[in-house]
Amino acid sequence: MEAMLVPNGSSNATILLMGLRRGGKSSICKVVFHNMQPLDTLYLESTSKPTTEQFQSLIDLSVMELPGQLNYFEPNYDSERLFQNIGALVYVIDSQDEYLNAITNLSMIIEYAVKVNPKINIEVLIHKIDGLSEDYRLDCQRDIMQRTGDELLDLGLEGIQVSFYLTSIFDHSIYEAFSRIVQKLIVELPYLESMLDNLIENSSIDKIFLFDINSKIYVATDSSPVDIQTYEVCSEFIDITIDLDNLYVNEETSSKEIKSISYLNNGSILYLKQMIRGLALVGIINNENKSEFSNNVTLIDYNVNLFKNGLKKMWESSRISD
Amino acid sequence: MSSSRKKLLLMGRSGSGKSSMRSIIFSNYSAFDTRRLGATIDVEHSHLRFLGNMTLNLWDCGGQDVFMDNYFTTQKDHIFKFVQVLIHVFDVESKSINKDIEIFIKALTNLQKHSPDAKVFVLLHKMDLVQVDKRDELFNIMMDKLQKISNPYQFKLIGFPTSIWNESLYKAWSQIVCSLIPNMNLFNENLIKFNSILDAEEIILFEKTTFLVISSTNSIKQQQLQNSNSDNLDPKRFEKISNVIKTYKQSISKLRTNFNNLIIKGSNDTQFFIDVLTDNMFIMIIMKDKPQDSKFVNNKEELIVLENIKAARKWFEKIESVK
Repeated sequence: MEAMLVPNGSSNATILLMGLRRGGKSSICKVVFHNMQPLDTLYLESTSKPTTEQFQSLIDLSVMELPGQLNYFEPNYDSERLFQNIGALVYVIDSQDEYLNAITNLSMIIEYAVKVNPKINIEVLIHKIDGLSEDYRLDCQRDIMQRTGDELLDLGLEGIQVSFYLTSIFDHSIYEAFSRIVQKLIVELPYLESMLDNLIENSSIDKIFLFDINSKIYVATDSSPVDIQTYEVCSEFIDITIDLDNLYVNEETSSKEIKSISYLNNGSILYLKQMIRGLALVGIINNENKSEFSNNVTLIDYNVNLFKNGLKKMWESSRISD
Repeated sequence: MSSSRKKLLLMGRSGSGKSSMRSIIFSNYSAFDTRRLGATIDVEHSHLRFLGNMTLNLWDCGGQDVFMDNYFTTQKDHIFKFVQVLIHVFDVESKSINKDIEIFIKALTNLQKHSPDAKVFVLLHKMDLVQVDKRDELFNIMMDKLQKISNPYQFKLIGFPTSIWNESLYKAWSQIVCSLIPNMNLFNENLIKFNSILDAEEIILFEKTTFLVISSTNSIKQQQLQNSNSDNLDPKRFEKISNVIKTYKQSISKLRTNFNNLIIKGSNDTQFFIDVLTDNMFIMIIMKDKPQDSKFVNNKEELIVLENIKAARKWFEKIESVK
């Protein structure tokens, strides 16, 4: 009866979005997965029914959104099956509102979810931080973490991993948070990372991301630390490439992979190449000798192609094992 | 005053968006950043080098009534002499249209007295606030009315609907600036000649700092066909490109740098080359690959195009330095 609600069993890459009403769940969904302009989310209606959406990326991802006013603990609601099948529980807390109720609600949900599905990832988005001053953001995060910890302790739950993220739809923080959430659901992540590490080591690349083109979430990156500015530049480079490309595309369906290279004044090179399944590899290449079209780029092309083949193989074998 | 200095007056009532558009076009602001701007006090001068030997003196005239009164009385000699272009900005959402028009008339009167040869551009600004289907109608009505008003002063108005939230602003400013370039024809001719060598789908010249379109030419085939209706490309593409590249410039300014070139191998066998042409210009070349070409040949072609651009630099530098 709730079949439409509960995703079909096997894949664990389901994200459940929860939170009190008017917390910003639908806005997050629209901005991240539907490329809506952040300012346009003002006009979104409040969600009244649970909604599920499917996205194809490296993994098949489904995002389920539960409206805040719903009571999950009513007996006629099959919460047990719901929580059993999800990989990550994302709870959205509105940082600009009184969040005490939200924390109580959150800890009740955590208690239940962990009982049903001990392997579940619990992620908390401290949302709408654009309205808070820089200093206050960290205070707010500390306070919420402290209170949640206390609540969980009161419920007798110890040692539960809860990750907190400060997010806002008006900058890249929401993409960053979702990137990390999605990455935890990718079984092959360690292999991907080591492949990317291999690639940058052998091609003098500074930093590389494997992006989902549609949502600008990065599915994987090499193991060097992520600098938010580098991420922003890379993510915007995708937009720019695609915007320009679209201007001259006729009705015929495009088939060729997109590739774009830009030489910067400081000697670095921005590099983008389309991969399989709506993914793109975007990186910053450190071109120290500053010579245009040195063999460097040709070498990188070659290496990137090898990476792409590896990615293909990985995806095929993961499909078989399903 | 040397002839290569061009004086542009930017006028309009307070809050109509003059400084916002100036900041976007000439100072690389994003539309969002313009919220920070306060009211302009008196006249703000900006000097912009445009295409080597041309300097644009942009007089951004604060639109509050106190300043306006001064412009038309004590300062009128100072303000309205040697003007090449008057850009008058109207806020389409304005509550007091009569007052707007009154000031427009005063500006025209003074302009006729002091520099009768000036070109007059009218920007109907903040068009994004008008419903999409009513924009054309509103624009035509207002332009008709304004033209009637300016007829006694013998000015031919050129009007544009603009908004800082889309590419319409670039179109308007491109045309304004192009009207000031004396050797436009030389640019066009040489661009066509260049294309006869390259056989590109389209070549576009941009000014470097503002990324306004200076000149463009489409493919040889299309020129021969002449029936421009067969052109199924987006008619707003130039402005969109300006907009996209500006965004790109802003984006990489986070890395504290600028870009030298951008090469995109797009889907659909299209290749894009954006490269420095002269000290003041960027060139954009759009090439369509012939499908039968093998991958190997394409790689070589990329280098050939870039070499061709390098070779063309000398030409265009020469045109630019022509006084």
